[in-house]
Amino acid sequence: MSATGIGAPVRRKEDFRFITGKGQYTDDINRPGQTHAAFLRSPHAHATIKKLDISEAQKADGVIAVLTGEDLAKDNVGGLICGWMIHSKDGSPMKAGSHPALAQGKVRYVGDHIAVVIAETLAQARDAVEKIHVDYELLKPVIDMAHATDSGSPVIHDVAPHNQVYDWHLGDKGATEAAFANAKHVTKLDIVNNRLIPNAMEPRAAIGDYDSGQDAFTLYTTSQNPHVARLVLSAFIGIAPEHKLRVIAPDVGGGFGSKIFIYAEETVCVWAAKKVGRPVKWTGDRTEAFLADAHGRDHITHAEMAMDDKGHILGLRVKTKANLGAYLSTFSSCVPTYLYAPLLSGQYNIPAIYVEVEGIYTNTAPVDAYRGAGRPEATFVIERMVEVAAREMGQDPAAFRRKNFIKSFPHQTPVIMAYDTGNYGASMDLALEMADYKNFGKRKRDSAKKGMLRGIGFSAYIEACGIAPSAAVGSLGAGVGLWESAEVRVNPVGTVEVLTGSHSHGQGHETTFAQLVSDRLGIGIDQVAIVHGDTDKVQFGMGTYGSRSGAVGMSAISKALDKVVAKAKKVAAYALEASEGDIEFKDGRFSVAGTDRSLAFGEVALQAYIAHKFSGQDLEPGLKEGAFYDPTNFTFPSGVHICELEIDPDTGVTRIDRWTAVDDFGNIINPMIVEGQVHGGIAQGVGQALLEGAHYDANGQLVTASYMDYCMPRADDLPNFDIGITTTPCTTNPLGIKGCGEAGAIAAPPAVINAITDALGHEQIAMPASPQAVWRAAQKSLHKLAAE
Amino acid sequence: MYAFAYQRPTTVRQVQSALGKHEDAKILAGGQTLLPTMKQRLASPSAVIDLGHVAGLSGIEKKGRNIVIGAMARHAEVATSEVVREAIPALAALAGGIGDPAVRNRGTIGGSVANNDPSADYPAALLALGATIVTNKRKIAADDFFQGMFTTALEEGEIITKVSFPVPAKAAYVKFPNPASRYAMVGVFVSKKGSDVKVAVTGASNEGVFRAAGLEAALKGKFNPKAVEGVAVDGSNFIADIHGSADYRANLVSVMTKRAVTKALGK
Amino acid sequence: MISVSMTVNGKAVSAKIDPRTLLVQFLRENLLLTGTHVGCDTSQCGACVVHVDGKAIKSCTTLAATCDGASVVTIEGLAHDGVLHPMQEAFRENHGLQCGFCTPGMIMSAIDIVNRKGHDLDEHTIREELEGNICRCTGYHNIVKSVAAGAHAMAGSK
Repeated sequence: MSATGIGAPVRRKEDFRFITGKGQYTDDINRPGQTHAAFLRSPHAHATIKKLDISEAQKADGVIAVLTGEDLAKDNVGGLICGWMIHSKDGSPMKAGSHPALAQGKVRYVGDHIAVVIAETLAQARDAVEKIHVDYELLKPVIDMAHATDSGSPVIHDVAPHNQVYDWHLGDKGATEAAFANAKHVTKLDIVNNRLIPNAMEPRAAIGDYDSGQDAFTLYTTSQNPHVARLVLSAFIGIAPEHKLRVIAPDVGGGFGSKIFIYAEETVCVWAAKKVGRPVKWTGDRTEAFLADAHGRDHITHAEMAMDDKGHILGLRVKTKANLGAYLSTFSSCVPTYLYAPLLSGQYNIPAIYVEVEGIYTNTAPVDAYRGAGRPEATFVIERMVEVAAREMGQDPAAFRRKNFIKSFPHQTPVIMAYDTGNYGASMDLALEMADYKNFGKRKRDSAKKGMLRGIGFSAYIEACGIAPSAAVGSLGAGVGLWESAEVRVNPVGTVEVLTGSHSHGQGHETTFAQLVSDRLGIGIDQVAIVHGDTDKVQFGMGTYGSRSGAVGMSAISKALDKVVAKAKKVAAYALEASEGDIEFKDGRFSVAGTDRSLAFGEVALQAYIAHKFSGQDLEPGLKEGAFYDPTNFTFPSGVHICELEIDPDTGVTRIDRWTAVDDFGNIINPMIVEGQVHGGIAQGVGQALLEGAHYDANGQLVTASYMDYCMPRADDLPNFDIGITTTPCTTNPLGIKGCGEAGAIAAPPAVINAITDALGHEQIAMPASPQAVWRAAQKSLHKLAAE
Repeated sequence: MYAFAYQRPTTVRQVQSALGKHEDAKILAGGQTLLPTMKQRLASPSAVIDLGHVAGLSGIEKKGRNIVIGAMARHAEVATSEVVREAIPALAALAGGIGDPAVRNRGTIGGSVANNDPSADYPAALLALGATIVTNKRKIAADDFFQGMFTTALEEGEIITKVSFPVPAKAAYVKFPNPASRYAMVGVFVSKKGSDVKVAVTGASNEGVFRAAGLEAALKGKFNPKAVEGVAVDGSNFIADIHGSADYRANLVSVMTKRAVTKALGK
Repeated sequence: MISVSMTVNGKAVSAKIDPRTLLVQFLRENLLLTGTHVGCDTSQCGACVVHVDGKAIKSCTTLAATCDGASVVTIEGLAHDGVLHPMQEAFRENHGLQCGFCTPGMIMSAIDIVNRKGHDLDEHTIREELEGNICRCTGYHNIVKSVAAGAHAMAGSK
């Protein structure tokens, strides 16, 4: 391993600009002559707009334009789309209601966009928004997803008369029923996966710019996938053809899924830039982020698991209602279906699984992918089920899991996925040792002496990452392929630029991707620049989400590097006057086998460009190669997390005492960065379990619309984390990488809740397990103890 | 934020006259509550009168048996003041737990007391220590000053110049922070001086800060945590929200009181 | 419009501003010092922390007008002659940042913690003192490490 190659904990190249305040986030960019946009948002969850009077706002100080849904319609600007078609059990397509960027006659959630004011200053734009007068006819809102499809419920979209988007299923119903018929024990659980608000620290922002000389648009936006934004804005919304629309996603301050989607605000900014003839800038504030960023999770599930008398799992059946909010966001439809149900086999050998999922409209913000996207929901179901099953059957939860682990690979589950490799027992062994499981009983007794309830909880998770084989997702309804592209440009002096379709917004690609290049070409990472986030520079790409940048994005770079090396060998052969087959490339030098003749990588690059040695031969000058990589399978990171915590029954305060995470991510490029990803994921998972929950009141007002009420994990809510690694390299991509970005968020929630229920001695606790909720649950435990 | 006129007086008299001139003027002390409110367009003062340059509002000193704190004393100053830490360590600790370090560098005792936010910490200390609020017009006993959520005895044109705290024999403040905002969901300040025991509770009630008579009576009998057990806390008018129902807050009042007494006893 | 003058990162600046201009707006929009960020509306996230007269404050909850005559230091003012401040170096060395958005506020708060609490900071103290700074990426583990390491390094660089 070289100092900057694969496997080295290289310090991040991008950090210098961030620690010196020189990052360039969208709001840090100012365009000459720019104007400022502010949106009028619906204060009501469900209403028709009887009259929209913008005349007073138009006359307000500094106002340049006030634009509404009517203007969008006049300009034939299309609505926002959902790019994944789901078909119901009966074969009918999902019922996608129209989603105009500015409301056309109806508003469907608090925060829905009605009009935009464009003014000289932001303060003026905001002042003028208050001068728009709207005459609403209020409609009864649909907030509670459990009853949204009841007959007589108000209708949110005419295309979906019962507020049902789809009624979908996966698996073998007959085989699953047969498994339950043979069961000796059945575990049943009602499970709620709480609604979350992503809260990347950088609020979304956009600047639309129009160059009339070129008749071309530029959009600066907080995006995880600028090419997908351009594709949607061009092909579906109709802003401009792709060659006339440049999308730049500069430094982006976190995404976690919420910046994948194409939103109303950036659509309006880029469209309005041409209308007003000046750049239009919008920067969301945190309140707007709470109201109108796509939320995550929000499932209600009933699950049943069948076991034989020894505790072998025979079958699983799951029925889930998934809240999709008021409109279908960009990828929302696939999250509770294909990103959820295929993960319900977990790490276990389960012969039969049947899953039913109902997608439901409510008058709440759209719900889409949030870190983990479907996989945390699945993991929460399966890991709560196995924990409760073990307890009910009087078995140790670790032993129960181990008994049911898949032990031979490849393994085909009954729900689509074919796991290529893994060693779940190895992760369990290491986790138990690191967590000092054998002495847990003593620690529990020590806590009891202090009047505290101590519990331990497991989560043996699996995720499907490296999203995704194009043919596979296409057959399941995806509107796009999910390959990745890369271009490696070697400069004549031997420095390298890598253009990638992946986008870094905290993941450290500028470092890890450079490490791959350093490793392959034998040059220092300071000789490598990673270029991303600009559709004019990078030809195409599918962006960063689903822990795909390592497994898919770097595989594309790897392929391009293979081509660079192959061509460089040809150049070296001419330069060294040897036959190509005799050229060896090692540690950055091309040499002729069995001789001392060699050239450094940079020298060969120069030869490639001056082309003196092979002019007129069948070899083109230059050294630049591109590659598209389409994965052949998902990757399957897995691991075991163990949470140990202590509850103060007097207040319900839960303190995590120790956290053990053992993960198998396949091969690792930079362990420092991987650990950082795990830390952050766990924090979000602990947030879901203990702290975070979006709450709408019965009128559809978002009660948790600021950090005053939405409980973000802070430094003193969390412990340090003990991280362990086991490795089974992925067998289906050239680097053996599985991906690490979402693992913590997937693993953590069931580990926490399993620990709390262990401490409480009963299963009645919902997420977030807030102090109040735990206190109430602890009173039940105390009563139970007193009665015994 | 809505537009406003900015005033920077240098004397209390000028503050008073500015308040007279501008209808809906707001006084800006530390601004840690006022500015977020204005940013969210929930307040639209015609003028903002900055106390930052007004003479005579700062300083912390021991005067006889009292600690006198200028209205513009920042929370961080009170928290680290040797005078306060020596005489009323519970008050210094309370100040050191308000908001976060950056908020404590701006927020002031005068601003907190004048605002009387139901989740603010200082009002509990003033009530439980029997403090006196000194204004440009008069002196007001804490018991008469706090008149319910966001309501005080301050009249128009009246501004707080200092707060005077009698030094207790024993005192402690324990709060249960709201998990999201970190404001006090329940904060209990207990003090003991001779046979007098005071217990003030913030964060819990729809009426704002209050003195808990039942707890005081029990603790006058015996100043120890056991005395709190068996005292029913009436939560009928307590705040109920997503973070805590009234009965949960009532429980927290008991638990925080016990812990405050334990702390006051130095255990 | 009102006039304000202050020293920012050692340079005297003055401008005519709308009284409602927040310090963070003044820094970002008037002075183009965009390293100071805005992450919330309720004074809780701490992305906007700068030092005013040597103390950490939230520049989103401070009027620029009230800083007339003050000395302000932002993240851009920490490194001198290309040499990073030890706390900046500690964040880089300990992977104390991912997306970088909260980082300027974290570093400014971290230096303030050291100024108040000294150079030998335990984990518990650091976590408590970071109450006013929210990070969504790191889970705080490496931020805590960074602050502790930066605190030690600051002792050495005095």
